Amino acid sequence: MSAPLWRKRTPGQDAIVFMAWVLALAFVSWTFQVMTQDTIWAFVADAPAQVVDIGSRMLPPAWSFMGELWWPLWETLNIATLGTLLGVMLAVPVAFLAARNTTPSARFVRPLALLAIVGSRSINSLIWALLLVAILGPGVLAGIIAIALRSIGFVGKLLYEAIEEIDPRQVEAVQATGASGAQVMAWGVAPQIAPTLAGISVFRWDINIRESTVLGLVGAGGIGVKLEAALGTLAWPKVTMLLIAIFATVLVSEWVTAQVRKKLI
Amino acid sequence: MTAAASAPGHWRRPPFIASPAWRWGLILGGALYLVLALASLEVNWARVSEGLARGWRFVAAFLQPDFGSRRGDIVIGFQESLTMTVTATALGVALSIPVAVGAARNLAPVWIYLLCRGFIAVSRTLNEIIVAIFLVAMFGFGPFAGFLTLTFATIGFMAKLMAEDIEEIAPGQLEALRATGASYPQLLDFAVLSQVLPRLIGLSLYRLDINFRESAVIGIVGAGGIGATLNTAMDRYEFDTAAAVILVIIAIVMLAEYASGWLRQRIQ
Repeated sequence: MSAPLWRKRTPGQDAIVFMAWVLALAFVSWTFQVMTQDTIWAFVADAPAQVVDIGSRMLPPAWSFMGELWWPLWETLNIATLGTLLGVMLAVPVAFLAARNTTPSARFVRPLALLAIVGSRSINSLIWALLLVAILGPGVLAGIIAIALRSIGFVGKLLYEAIEEIDPRQVEAVQATGASGAQVMAWGVAPQIAPTLAGISVFRWDINIRESTVLGLVGAGGIGVKLEAALGTLAWPKVTMLLIAIFATVLVSEWVTAQVRKKLI
Repeated sequence: MTAAASAPGHWRRPPFIASPAWRWGLILGGALYLVLALASLEVNWARVSEGLARGWRFVAAFLQPDFGSRRGDIVIGFQESLTMTVTATALGVALSIPVAVGAARNLAPVWIYLLCRGFIAVSRTLNEIIVAIFLVAMFGFGPFAGFLTLTFATIGFMAKLMAEDIEEIAPGQLEALRATGASYPQLLDFAVLSQVLPRLIGLSLYRLDINFRESAVIGIVGAGGIGATLNTAMDRYEFDTAAAVILVIIAIVMLAEYASGWLRQRIQ
């Protein structure tokens, strides 16, 4: 007669999968309950009206405001670029200390370097900026250092993984000629990771442009300062203009990054 | 090349950028930019040197973090952040699946494809902070606005990566199922899902990790979570409480990263 219908799982497995879904759903609804226990639902229900209201205030954009934005945009560019430069300069030694094949001591130095990388990666540049503004005062410098501190972890992690994957034969060949440690680095290791480092730096620069547009919200310079001011005074047409400027900046940086990466690969 | 090879002892490393015009152009342009950028830096050195003392107080605070005196605020902040992370990841991943299918060229008609790709582009270009500012203005302060922000960002992230994965599945299985006369949902279940499931789980765990990090930031603009606690502590110059918050964030991020890395290795 006809063979039994083929099924993906046995009935027992089906029951386990079903229970897992029920449990997962119950867990998520419970977390949702905990999260929204203080939510004022009247404000949420009011949202569509708010959307229409804010939308009508935002249009048309204040085009003439653009004249005031060139300087903050230049600052934003500087925060991202100088921050990336500083971050890369700090990340390269950290990466060499963290890579298993170049670290001076796998037991003592490597864990410290890895800790620096993880610490830098766990904290968003906006939080770094928040701390640095409190310490150094508002301005571009706090932004540059915030971007640099966040970039160390990102660049350091990708770079040390690249260093661990280099071809050891080239290093050996240079060592066999009697080269000193520094010469081995310069002629055996550096040429192998230079393209990777350039790629990572450009990639991070693109991310940093995006992040530096909002650093000003906590006072760390750039176009975010204007955004904060416009939001604080409820100047919605100016906010629209700022968003257009930020959007255009991000698109340009994305285009530049794509061009450079095409050249590198 | 031949000239260099015939002169022993004069080998030169080939330059990183081959074309001399590009090389010198980039070096000169870079130098000019650096001079201009550094010249336009306005740094108030008096304020910086004054701040360095405060900086030391902050470093000292890291050695003696104060978990106790704002314990209630810290607990509520982390409770909001963690619940926001879980709910936003769950809803975001669930909603990203139809968008990902729509954004895969081998499964969707052109107009749906363009619509979904457009949505993904918008979601990925808008910075989370800016989205959060608007959602706070619309939905009021608190974690609900943060939850919506993270959900929106999760959809764009997951849908883009999943769509790319779906476009790369083996076409043989799709064809085989189409030949049996399977319906569209059956096609998705047996030909697509079975091929992309490990990556779907891996990416969801990765996004969970990202969402927690982001939840620590969007609180700065009023979207609830631990960022709000941190912002308040900084405003009050309570560096020891801020240090405690940051240390807990680092601990949770490290834990999440190791846990999700371990799980992903087990699955793939």
